[in-house]
Amino acid sequence: MTSLRVVWGGFRFHVKTLTLSNFFLLTTFLLPAIFASIAFFLVEAGGRPGTLLYTALGAGMMGVWSSTLFGSGGAIQWQRYQGTLELLVATPSPFLLVLLPITLASATVGAYSLGMTLVFGRVVFGVPLDLAHPVALVVAIPAMVIGLGFLGLLLATTFVLYRYANALSNLLEYPVWLVTGLLVPVSLLPVWVEPISWVLAPTWGVRAIRESALGGHPWSSIGMCLVLAALYFVLASFFLRVFERLARGRATLSLS
Amino acid sequence: MAVIEAVELRRTYRTSTGIFRRRAVDVEAVRGVSFEVGKGELFGLLGPNGAGKTTTIKMLITLLLPTSGTARVLGLDVVAEPREVRRRIGYVFGGDKGLYERLSALDNLRYFAELYSVPPRLQRKRIADLLELVGLTGRENERVEGYSRGMRQRLHIARGLIHDPEVVFLDEPTIGVDPVGARELRATIASLVAQGKTVLLTTHYMFEADSLCDRIAVIAHGRIVAEGTPGELKAQVADRTVVEIEAFDLAEDGIARVRGVPGVESVSVDERDGRHVLLVQSPRGLELTQPLLAALDGTSVGRVAAREPTLEDAYVALVGGDEGAR
Repeated sequence: MTSLRVVWGGFRFHVKTLTLSNFFLLTTFLLPAIFASIAFFLVEAGGRPGTLLYTALGAGMMGVWSSTLFGSGGAIQWQRYQGTLELLVATPSPFLLVLLPITLASATVGAYSLGMTLVFGRVVFGVPLDLAHPVALVVAIPAMVIGLGFLGLLLATTFVLYRYANALSNLLEYPVWLVTGLLVPVSLLPVWVEPISWVLAPTWGVRAIRESALGGHPWSSIGMCLVLAALYFVLASFFLRVFERLARGRATLSLS
Repeated sequence: MAVIEAVELRRTYRTSTGIFRRRAVDVEAVRGVSFEVGKGELFGLLGPNGAGKTTTIKMLITLLLPTSGTARVLGLDVVAEPREVRRRIGYVFGGDKGLYERLSALDNLRYFAELYSVPPRLQRKRIADLLELVGLTGRENERVEGYSRGMRQRLHIARGLIHDPEVVFLDEPTIGVDPVGARELRATIASLVAQGKTVLLTTHYMFEADSLCDRIAVIAHGRIVAEGTPGELKAQVADRTVVEIEAFDLAEDGIARVRGVPGVESVSVDERDGRHVLLVQSPRGLELTQPLLAALDGTSVGRVAAREPTLEDAYVALVGGDEGAR
């Protein structure tokens, strides 16, 4: 119960913090509109109007991933910079439960961009918003947020120890867009890419959302998002225990 | 039983130099510090920048692992039982950082109340009481980014007390705060001890240590060079006289010549409003005014006065004369 309160209280706090950040909101609302425009023009040029919603959802998910990556990578560095990282570590709450709300909040605020892309697509490009399984979509979006938020948690654990690891997060943006099928279907990519896509939550998140919106069987993809989230949590828990002790040993908590 | 107990604490940092041929360098920040703080005591750790105060405090609050030695807080080992220690201590540091600026004081306090598992039924009253204690009642809904330095520091203290800790660590809490704000903060710190809390305070403001602390340990170059009540420390220089010389264009060679005057025990220089004030300690009864002025030949000299030594002079004597302790 106490752990739930720590996560829920932290989640509300960090969603509020991010929502008040102009920079974060700019990347959440403006970038998806740019991605969506480019994707729509490409699809139109290809003469396949039937895939407009498919494209819109992919473009929206690109924004969610960027936000998660930026939020998770920046979270630790930003806490370090503003002098709160040490204070957070100094609390008796397990640091995993302190960190999780930050990455979940990043993924949640990133989900704004999904909504933004759909509204933008509807208004500017007339994308039809006929949903095949509206109920499944209501479940798929939180499942996707949880999958991405926990993947962000796994990434963020390394940033506790390595001060400049968040620079890596920039490198992960485009490859993940490509590998997880946000830009083009994974089936169009080389065969060896497929196993990589299976262990990345955005693959199942975008599938769950597309299958909910366009038709198909979204529940297995929703389930995969949650299974991967559990796997990421176990790995993050292990890494964080090791990295937190190493950070106390190497004195990297307060260095900005 | 001591509430805080440090035994031969050491901490070495490993840094590296060079770009292509990187070479590891070990820096000893704390070199065998031992002290005890009793229940309800306000203990001061006094020392110049880089003396090892903050490193010592960070080992005690479980943020840093000691390279060797042991430390216990309320009988709990800071390395083996960090979570239990964290539950019972509060930590406040000075400066602008450590707050969520875009959010209000209330948001900041509520967040830390959750992290410290303060029961929901207690949170509202605890936060109201703390806002009252630090004088922020009525301003709690404003964003922290609009707060003055003093208000931020008071909010830091409220945050550090949110879980009603038995032991409070204050790391230079008044640094950069204006005189009126610093005086209010000192009153707040004094009230913590009146409530029965044990406080470890680090500072490099002598008057602050003098007015607040029951006992003081002076730390320099990672070692404790003296420990006692403010009165006991002052007594260490009771046999000295301090000559203050105001100088306007003081150069390094002038200071070196003053140091060379026979009978001079220690020399320090204060900068006050664009001028320098030389503080020269010498044995009581030894008249050095003329030799000192002769050593400063060529320097514009203003007011010259002799006075009794203060705690600050004791500190200068201890810190300035600790080279042998290295």
